[in-house]
Amino acid sequence: MTERIGQSGSRDAPSSRAGMPDPIASIWRAVGSVVDPEIPMISIVELGIVRDVARAGDEWVITLTPTYSGCPATRVIETDVRAAVAAVSDASVRIVTTLSPPWSSDWIAPEARRKLCEAGIAPPHPSRATGIEPRPIAFRPAAVRCPNCGSVRTQELSRFGSTACKAQYRCADCLEPFDYFKPY
Amino acid sequence: MRANRQLFDYLLRLADNGLVLAQRLGEWVGKGPVLEEDIASANVALDLLGQARLWLAYAGEVEGRDAPPGRTEDQLAYFRYGADFRNLLLVEQPNGNYADTIGRQYLFDQWHVLLLAELAASRDERIAGIAAKAVKEARYHVERSADWVIRLGDGTDESHARMQAAIDSLWMYTGEMFALDATERALTDAGIAANAAALQAPWYTAVQSVFAEAMLAAPADDWMQGARSRGGKQGVHTEHLSRLLAEMQVLPRACPDAVW
Repeated sequence: MTERIGQSGSRDAPSSRAGMPDPIASIWRAVGSVVDPEIPMISIVELGIVRDVARAGDEWVITLTPTYSGCPATRVIETDVRAAVAAVSDASVRIVTTLSPPWSSDWIAPEARRKLCEAGIAPPHPSRATGIEPRPIAFRPAAVRCPNCGSVRTQELSRFGSTACKAQYRCADCLEPFDYFKPY
Repeated sequence: MRANRQLFDYLLRLADNGLVLAQRLGEWVGKGPVLEEDIASANVALDLLGQARLWLAYAGEVEGRDAPPGRTEDQLAYFRYGADFRNLLLVEQPNGNYADTIGRQYLFDQWHVLLLAELAASRDERIAGIAAKAVKEARYHVERSADWVIRLGDGTDESHARMQAAIDSLWMYTGEMFALDATERALTDAGIAANAAALQAPWYTAVQSVFAEAMLAAPADDWMQGARSRGGKQGVHTEHLSRLLAEMQVLPRACPDAVW
């Protein structure tokens, strides 16, 4: 027997699942305690990479989707998910990786965007649609707001930053450098 | 059986481009011209390596359909010789100076983003899924490499001369990207592969507009290495690949059971 909750469930805060059967809610809570080691201020549920939690026979099936194809945190996250579920359930855990639909930074929960900002990371602008549109010559993204002082007089220092998901910016007003979570 | 062989071969073409280019970019780590570019090279390499792993894992599964269990991604990456690699000649070319590296990256990225966008509509769901993810990364890559082509091409006299020289020397490796051999034709007809020939016009248009902004000229010589079914996609490589593989594979070959 397989109990499932919808795909949309992974984008909501755990509290909104109060009505669902207790065991699944407790597994969601456990999985929701796991963080991405490179952005530890938000949980992997808030990040939008937990696509499904289901019971299949005598095991829990946790479906994850990677952020970037080469994200080195993927293996650590899987290990942490196993440990978190094992802490609340005796059933074995199977991790399934899915690529479709591909993760988008648009799936980051609103609450998590606020937490990113508080931690000094400018949250991502909306992602462009999939496919390729006619390519303009100048690729300047929309103004990125400084997470420290709120100024939009900011400047891109590098298209890549400390992790695969971030770019480096600097504020022209408060002069602080900061990370910008790239739209994906 | 034959269809599986062709699909396996095509998946290696997709995988090996990323694997080999990631290895080349990794050679810049620790000695990039500026810190930001050092980090950028490593990040692009990481994306390409992640994509290569997805393609290789699928290739191994397809191989296993006829000869179970099929090779793992590590076995495919570390225990094939040069003639069994299917990457484009372009991506195995040495790093050279930074204009050479950027030129190689831009010519590849501009093609890669078009290819992946087509593959996202492949009739093979697995290919479509990987491509739909990878195209997001490739789009970001081409923005950066195009920016750098413009910055170097429209920079100082020295950077302009080097950027033009890089394009002039790499140009002959671009024809391969659009050449269809029997494998690709069969898979294109089946709706699985992207029609590489159809990518040439949009690629050239995009390249021309970036070159115009960068004050660069596309070479007039249209002779292309490897475009007549004797190039990287068929396993006929330049000598640079074997040197790259020697370094990439030395540890697993010396200690096949090493884990770390």
